Amino acid sequence: MTTMPSSLPIELTVNGRRRSIEVEVNHTLLDVLRDDLGLAGTKECCDVGECGACTVEVDGRAVNSCLMLAVEADGAAVTTVEGLATDGRLSLLQDEFLAKGAVQCGFCIPGQLMAAHALLAGNAHPSVADVHEALAGNLCRCAGYEQITEAVLAAAAAEAER
Amino acid sequence: MQTFAYERPTTLAEAVALLERHGPDARPLAGGTDLVIGLRDRSVSPAVVVDLKRVAELCSDIRAADGCLVIGARTVMTDVIADERVRRHFPALAEAANVVGSIQIRNRATVAGNICNGSPAADTTPPLLVYGAVVVVAGPAGSRRIPIDDFVVGPGVTDLRRGELVTAIELPLPTAHQGSAYTRLTRRRGTDLASVTLCVSVDEAGVTRLAYGSVGPRAFLVTDESGVLADPAASAEAKATVLDGLFAAASPSPRSLRAGPEYRRAMLRVLGARALQTAVERLAKG
Repeated sequence: MTTMPSSLPIELTVNGRRRSIEVEVNHTLLDVLRDDLGLAGTKECCDVGECGACTVEVDGRAVNSCLMLAVEADGAAVTTVEGLATDGRLSLLQDEFLAKGAVQCGFCIPGQLMAAHALLAGNAHPSVADVHEALAGNLCRCAGYEQITEAVLAAAAAEAER
Repeated sequence: MQTFAYERPTTLAEAVALLERHGPDARPLAGGTDLVIGLRDRSVSPAVVVDLKRVAELCSDIRAADGCLVIGARTVMTDVIADERVRRHFPALAEAANVVGSIQIRNRATVAGNICNGSPAADTTPPLLVYGAVVVVAGPAGSRRIPIDDFVVGPGVTDLRRGELVTAIELPLPTAHQGSAYTRLTRRRGTDLASVTLCVSVDEAGVTRLAYGSVGPRAFLVTDESGVLADPAASAEAKATVLDGLFAAASPSPRSLRAGPEYRRAMLRVLGARALQTAVERLAKG
């Protein structure tokens, strides 16, 4: 019987900053972001990959951080909702969420923002159908879907004008 | 989450050795979209999780080789959907990959993991059956190639033996013109497991291959060589009769919460007719 360490050192980039940390092998990326790195913007909710509240970007792709072990993020570049603002100023996407009234209780919004951010990074001019598909993995119990969709489309339009 | 040991082998030989040593106490980890859920709800309790993502021999791309398209063991759904060759030659596989979970799931979930998980509702299994995919596995006794119809056994059960893991999935390029389509029934449009899955292909010789899942312990592959299903001029009634015969293996569980057996059987006919129509149209378009 071999004894495996219950924790491992990993190196990753979180919101542009290099981090070298020791993580428990049975902790998810979500656990580590919230509890070890203090980035509580990413939310824990269903824990089975259905609600999208824990969505972050890993190497540019939206993923459910509740379904990824932290050790799997070794070497990866992770972006959380805290990484969207620059120099204390909200991103265009975040501004549009506020302007369109897309934020009600707010719990799902970090995940919605990250899914939308990943969409816009690969598709600068999304259709309504594109937005619906990109955000299909993000539930909003306030049912603010109309405003969320409007905000994503408005952010795309505003970005195109810039 | 429960405790387990975590291994991250860098060679195929190491991965096989770990899986052989620990047998049923080990679980391979690729995308983790099924495994991590199981680890959390304790439906699986492996002593060791073997992460395959650093194994040098396991690819995450799609390659053309020897009249085949080869999907790597680490290739995720998102990359299958985006691949032009898959969309051209195996459109139903792209369609199936495109409805697995959400974008977040598809960015992590692998095709190999989908078939190894062994769910009777696995979306990619019916197209892999219809396209005659071959599963390449490596193990203590070397490599072997298993037709997907033999690889898929039952709920959570595959033909994999102790120490074996999937290294690739080969899709033989079609030699005849064909049209194919994938469709499924879910309770809602977004993230959901299918109550019926169905894939069909028709070729210029009049042969129809059809696979359907989520209505029995595994997905079934059936073939019609009468030409009736592929014939655009055949009546809907004539096709329905042939389809009913092909659906004879369906045995939906009465205990499932997603849909009752009668409903599943009825929808199998509806989905069969619709997918067939799409496949015939695609064949005509060339």
